[in-house]
Amino acid sequence: MTEGFLEGWLGGAVLTSTPIFYAALGETIVEKAGLINLGVEGTMLVGASVSFAVASATGSVPAGLVAGMVAGGLFNLLLGPLVIVWGANQLASGLALMFFGMGLSAFYGKPFVGSSLDGLSSFPIPWLSSLPFIGSILFNQDLLVYMMIPAAAAVWYLLSRTAWGLHLRAVGEDRLVAYAAGSRTGLLRHQALFLGGVLAGVAGAHLSLAIAHTWTEGLTAGRGFIAVSLVIFAAWSPLRILPGALLFGGTLALQIQLQARGAQVSPFLLDMLPYLVTLLVLVLLRNSSRGRMPEGLKEVFESSREGR
Amino acid sequence: MPEAQNRWFMGWGASIVSLVLSLASALVLFSVLLLTSGKNPLDTYASIFGSTLGNGFGFSEIFVKMIPLLFTALAVALPARLGLVNVGGEGQLQLGALAAAAAALAVGAGTPFWAGIPVTLVAGMIGGALWALVPALLRAKGWLNETISTLLLNYVAIRVVDYFVFGPLRDPSSSNVPQTTKFADGFLWPAFAGRIHIGIVFALAALLLFAVVINRTRWGYEIRAAGSNPLAALRHGLPVTAYILIILCAGGALAGLAGTGEIMAIQGRLRPGFSPSYGYLGFLIAWLAGHKPLRILFMGFLVALIATGGDSLQIDQGLPSSTVDILMALCLFMVLADAWRPDRLEVRVRSWLHRKNGAVS
Amino acid sequence: MVGQPPAGTILLETRGLSKYFGSLKANDGIGLVVRAGEIHAILGENGAGKSTLMKLLYGYYQPTEGEILVGGAPVAVHSPRRGRGLGIGMVFQNFTLIPAFRVWENVALFLESWGTDRRNLVDRIASLSQLYGLDVDPLAFVRDLPMGDRQKVEIVKILAAGARILIFDEPTSVLAPHETENLFRVFDRLRTEGYAVLFITHKMPEVLRSADRITVLRKGGISATLPRADADRNLLVKLLVGDQSPDWSDAGPRRRSSVRAGAPALEFVNVSCRTDDGRPGLQRVSLSIQPGEILGVAAVSGNGQEYLGDLVLGLRPAAEGSILLGGKDLASARPAEVLRRGVACLPEDPLRMGAVSGMTVRENLILGHQVSYWKAGGWSPDTKKLETDAESTLMTAFVQSPPSLDARAGNLSGGNLQRMVIARELGRNPGLMVSYYLTRGLDLSNAQAARDLVLSHAERSMAVLFVSEDLDELFALSDRLLVLHAGRVAGTFEPALTTPQAVGLLMTGAAHA
Repeated sequence: MTEGFLEGWLGGAVLTSTPIFYAALGETIVEKAGLINLGVEGTMLVGASVSFAVASATGSVPAGLVAGMVAGGLFNLLLGPLVIVWGANQLASGLALMFFGMGLSAFYGKPFVGSSLDGLSSFPIPWLSSLPFIGSILFNQDLLVYMMIPAAAAVWYLLSRTAWGLHLRAVGEDRLVAYAAGSRTGLLRHQALFLGGVLAGVAGAHLSLAIAHTWTEGLTAGRGFIAVSLVIFAAWSPLRILPGALLFGGTLALQIQLQARGAQVSPFLLDMLPYLVTLLVLVLLRNSSRGRMPEGLKEVFESSREGR
Repeated sequence: MPEAQNRWFMGWGASIVSLVLSLASALVLFSVLLLTSGKNPLDTYASIFGSTLGNGFGFSEIFVKMIPLLFTALAVALPARLGLVNVGGEGQLQLGALAAAAAALAVGAGTPFWAGIPVTLVAGMIGGALWALVPALLRAKGWLNETISTLLLNYVAIRVVDYFVFGPLRDPSSSNVPQTTKFADGFLWPAFAGRIHIGIVFALAALLLFAVVINRTRWGYEIRAAGSNPLAALRHGLPVTAYILIILCAGGALAGLAGTGEIMAIQGRLRPGFSPSYGYLGFLIAWLAGHKPLRILFMGFLVALIATGGDSLQIDQGLPSSTVDILMALCLFMVLADAWRPDRLEVRVRSWLHRKNGAVS
Repeated sequence: MVGQPPAGTILLETRGLSKYFGSLKANDGIGLVVRAGEIHAILGENGAGKSTLMKLLYGYYQPTEGEILVGGAPVAVHSPRRGRGLGIGMVFQNFTLIPAFRVWENVALFLESWGTDRRNLVDRIASLSQLYGLDVDPLAFVRDLPMGDRQKVEIVKILAAGARILIFDEPTSVLAPHETENLFRVFDRLRTEGYAVLFITHKMPEVLRSADRITVLRKGGISATLPRADADRNLLVKLLVGDQSPDWSDAGPRRRSSVRAGAPALEFVNVSCRTDDGRPGLQRVSLSIQPGEILGVAAVSGNGQEYLGDLVLGLRPAAEGSILLGGKDLASARPAEVLRRGVACLPEDPLRMGAVSGMTVRENLILGHQVSYWKAGGWSPDTKKLETDAESTLMTAFVQSPPSLDARAGNLSGGNLQRMVIARELGRNPGLMVSYYLTRGLDLSNAQAARDLVLSHAERSMAVLFVSEDLDELFALSDRLLVLHAGRVAGTFEPALTTPQAVGLLMTGAAHA
């Protein structure tokens, strides 16, 4: 009994953690540039609805995926002029973006509410998937799950080993120094927003195409905010996003498993776990995370003050 | 910069013009959006404004919606004057409602209204304040920013309410529908015009109190100073940490009253999902209003109008009611961008002229 | 070195270089010659025009008149990037480093192209640092490095970018004594390898230790240029400060002392404190001020005087020693308590530390003692009292045209903001005033008004801890002078018994009492 439980739970954890992972990975790029996007929730919803709509309409899942990515990238980019050019408050703008995303996705997704789609199906890796226990957990998942580790590695490489990444991080740390070094601060930050949006779009697409296999309003249910929190306690390191995402995916999946087995724990208490755990970890790891926060981000929280 | 220059530009007239232009551009953008999906924007606007301004019941419903919205807007605006970003209105209103419900059910039937209503008020405020306490402590100690903590607790709050409604507080006689027992009459807030209830008195009183405190009292002065320059405030002996705790919890209490009003006046019992994002809408209103009392009143009315109008969109136009979220978000974008501010326009026009005349920049 | 011009070649030259800001002549007709294989020191007091000159050379400012020549040809250095392209590298006092990055990343950031071969760059850095005695680990994080090592990173940065003319702005201001000696050894190496080293300073010992050629700047122009061999301490001081003693005759005869006997208004007993990054700030400083006494604190910026105010106000804990206010120990009193006990402070940065820029002048004038302007326990503002007090307070510090009470503090000019804060602080009739740079940003008549105001309060037994960089002012106003250097008390004097020159030497560490 326990073995089935563990397998089911861990397999579910890996699947559930995928959208959170991609959204957090994208937000990491954005925050490394010194911006914070509280509206990731909205971007994910846009990605989810667009990818589902396109996949349903065209019958092609890859088309849906690509559409979701592009839509996410463009949507996230809205924050650019608002915050970078016109200097609007980042926290309020992000929440406005969330509202915008909620409304837009509901609006354009209406025709597709409730319809179901096979979507992205799992893709067992030959031989590896027949391994006992870990076979079904790790190697009987869909493409996007498999791409998590390569994606993390790619983003890590982009940020720490390329000139683009170097200048982007410089912008996020100290815009004046970056400017003195000749970095194009505005362009870099817009590019970060776009990339972040693409990944959030992937996250949304996975949610609608691979997990829910449908579209409903508000599908993401706060996962965007978990992703933002995840970035903080992964201390802005792309490589630490995955374990963190698994932790949250784990708590989310736990509830499903326990319910399926008729466990006597209140589903509501279980539902609370991901958010409470996030809160707890953020507080416990406050010193180590604070040490790694891009300096530019610190300003965002400070400048929420200046009386206008 | 010479202080006497551009006097017209710095007056309140300019800010009203700028506001109107921002809202107008939002309406235009929304129309464009509607057009791209084959909907006639004029029909949509007719539906939104017609069902609210053109209809007696609809008009009163605006005010019904305004009641919780004013409270949640204040829940954001008050801490904002201190420089705090409270996104937890949604959760705080849930816990306020829960506390009020629990108190009403505990104290029981037969309570006269002059005892029952104050009980709900006090309980609602305590519930909301307590839910803001943890984020306040974390912020005061410098451990975690209140933006993230209040946000996360919103999701926890909904589940807490669910737990109680499905569990200890559940009405045994309604097995299909999860809800608490109906509250005894002594606790219910009476309505007097359509569904408009005494909550409006409380909300307006709170708004007035906010205006007076912030603008006329010593504490308002200290809060504004600390919000604008915490370092200078600290150096001059202002108790910044104490204010963080008190003000954030006060914000929670105000949001708690939003929830209390909804269940005690409109719902009559506590049901899950009774709040259609009042907390987040309050955030929107506060930021649209720049956290100023009179503007909160105006923006509260506007958002309540749009939200109420949105309800009928489903029926009239076959559009999801959350379509109006788009319009509200666009309004907030335009106001935040402050693109129509006269001095910014001036800069923009000048640089356009500059380029047009072939000057090398 | 291959490609290095022979020693003595003129690498950089300026002719008649001038920079005016309106009517202020920051630099006037500067003719400078910088040669390969030479260490050239630019010596000058604060305000002599040193940093303006450097900004002109590096491309931050454009000259009003005159020209700059690199390799014999006139050039327009229209941006720092252009400056770097011409082979001019600059190390500022505020390093353009990113603490969160590793050393190699900081170097890479300022290179036009480094391919993406990290290993190559790391090796290059290692070999550069070895060659010039700049011992840094390319993989270390800059935030873990002490100041001296961070400076080495800056040097490696500009060398890697191909600089041949290295300019240093007050390089030793952030260094500990042993790090300073290291730096000079680096200069020696650079000289040997044919680079030109230009360093700006106000510290004479360094000039005498390290320079081959010395240019003395005074009041925006060149006082003299001479080889090291021809220079000695006394000559340099004369060139720096001029022959005449400061004309305090304008300030009137020395004022009569208003010092009162009794318990000191303020006392520091062996007080030490730490800086924000844990290094020693003040070290065992003792001082004492009687009511009615003005204790002048002479110090070059960054030598510890910045902590005095924080310590008195209770914003920074004393790591050792005790502070007594009116004879009673401050212990760990909070600012509100300290203010209540009659302390006022004019901070180093009034805009950031002493005013709320988003509020009006009227509202700013009551900051710190706002309680008395409300009736009914805080509910109702006493607008009449506020208006009358505000107007009269403001007039104490403004000779003419005070700003409107409705003006937003953030929009005030620097001088107006300064006077507003002065008016407010003194308006509370404090028993002790901690004053930083009283007349900064004030023109002649307003500066005199400010001084007079302080003096009149001192007559009524206000004690003053008077921090200033202006020796003339210190000598005119102080009853006693305390010199701070590197966080320690270098000496205490009566103005009548010493000279600005002697104090100046102590301030710069050139001599010891």
